[in-house]
Amino acid sequence: MAIDKDTVRKVAHLARIAEPEERLEPLAKEISGILGWIEQLNEVDVEGVEAMTSTVSMELPMREDVTLDGPTGGHQPDNVVANAPKTEDHFFVVPKVVE
Amino acid sequence: MSDITNLTLADLRDALKARKVSSLEATDAYLSNIEKAKSLNAFISVTADKAREMAKASDAKLAKGEGGAIEGVPLGIKDLFCTQEVLTTAASHILDGFKPTYESTVTSNLWRDGAVMLGKLNMDEFAMGSSNETSYYGPVVNPWRAKGENRQLTPGGSSGGSSASVAAHLCAAATATDTGGSIRQPASLTATVGVKPTYGRCSRWGIVAFASSLDQAGPIARDVRDSAIMLRSMAGYDPKDSTSVNRPVPDYEAALGGSVKGLKIGVPKEYRIDGMPAEIEKLWAQGVSWLKDAGCEIVDISLPLTKYALPVYYIVAPAEASSNLARYDGIRYGYRTKNYKDIVSLYENTRGEGFGAEVKRRILIGTYVLSAGYYDAYYIRAQKVRKKIFDEFLDAFKQVDLILTPSSPSAAFGLGEMTDDPVQMYLNDVFTVTANLAGLPGVSVPAGVDAKGLPLGLQLLARPFEEETMFKGAMAIEKAAGFNARPDEWWA
Repeated sequence: MAIDKDTVRKVAHLARIAEPEERLEPLAKEISGILGWIEQLNEVDVEGVEAMTSTVSMELPMREDVTLDGPTGGHQPDNVVANAPKTEDHFFVVPKVVE
Repeated sequence: MSDITNLTLADLRDALKARKVSSLEATDAYLSNIEKAKSLNAFISVTADKAREMAKASDAKLAKGEGGAIEGVPLGIKDLFCTQEVLTTAASHILDGFKPTYESTVTSNLWRDGAVMLGKLNMDEFAMGSSNETSYYGPVVNPWRAKGENRQLTPGGSSGGSSASVAAHLCAAATATDTGGSIRQPASLTATVGVKPTYGRCSRWGIVAFASSLDQAGPIARDVRDSAIMLRSMAGYDPKDSTSVNRPVPDYEAALGGSVKGLKIGVPKEYRIDGMPAEIEKLWAQGVSWLKDAGCEIVDISLPLTKYALPVYYIVAPAEASSNLARYDGIRYGYRTKNYKDIVSLYENTRGEGFGAEVKRRILIGTYVLSAGYYDAYYIRAQKVRKKIFDEFLDAFKQVDLILTPSSPSAAFGLGEMTDDPVQMYLNDVFTVTANLAGLPGVSVPAGVDAKGLPLGLQLLARPFEEETMFKGAMAIEKAAGFNARPDEWWA
């Protein structure tokens, strides 16, 4: 299926990626090319086939609902914000969201 | 010792244990090779101080007769593995300055066993690419050149830093990851051995995620034995990865001595594709006769859905990537744009400036195929075809123990020669991507060279968790091929 410039603009906004206006047309062409190639999947009969979710048949393991030790555990505010571009007192700083 | 860096990992391990060489000597020798090979652009960062510190600690253990399975062995780590306090970039601008506060499980396992980290290896951005040309840090150059030419060739991708550094002896072995062929295709293009284990064998925890249902870590090494040693140290159950499989890790090296007599080898006719170079066809036939001579039984098989594997992949992988890469928002880590007026423009400009062209293209495709109205037509249909491909493999493995195919549809191509048409680039993974969709283990083994003297590999696929059989088969090919050519060290 061919997609147009307006669809690319919409999808780019959904993906929160700024694409300059002059890139929209070339992207529409590239993505249409890829989607056209993918379309051969319509030749395959998938009637009654279950969609795959995992290649390994296993139950999703559950863990105790407690705070863990180690890097995935709690109480490590310094580590949580260690790589943030802008922080204040263990908070992430972002532009104002609510007026 | 004349040149420590010419020792295989197995020989270096033994020399270290016998105290014929120290880890610090080996580490310094590799650091000096890395320094001389800057033109290959294989490393994003070299951690020389950390390497020497780790080497000294290993030497102290070895002096007391202690130490792990690969104590003191210097390795390169693909820059997709999070390494504590060490810059981890996924070769993307958007992870500028990111120093994880934790260590990936796979690299933790390697340090537990005594390995030494030399540095972080270059790759395609977020592992999206087959030529290493999507890296924010520029492409890696293949140590191999065509006879009589000095054209720069691709080392394959996405694990191009891993394949090039192993081929050029810049490390004893390297970690890598494989989502559609990113271990096996670069191994094929550099005459190295690349192993993608069964999905669930290596923990994905702490590896920057690309497509979670396809990503698997594995080694790139100089020979089959070295890759078996590496995989044993990398693999293992990890409760922090919910798809990690809880079963013991076999001693893969011990399996290598076994005979392949009586093994049934499937040769799928659908892997004979249009436009495949005659040399690859010939090499494949050669592989069949090597295994026949070793006592294997050759069985012609059919995998009719093979041609749909890449189109399935280019729905499933971008869909999962668009979700995984949503976390790069310019707020919690990495790059933040200077150009914003509100929260939405902060997100949009950070991501627009921080991601490269191929990554953006895939996020857009993924977002599109998951968007309202298209989810069933694209994503669900692709997952159904994937199930049929999976079933087709399981059926084939009722008749055969291993499947033999070429690893890549061509030898190394020139940098910049294939960047115009994304679909042409995607076709590089035509022989490897099926194993990711079905979660099967696969290995690429150097088998020969083309008319220009460039390496070509053969691939073996096995049943889930039958890596031992796969290693045995790989060893048989390695022995028969007797491949020992090396690239001229034009870069040193």
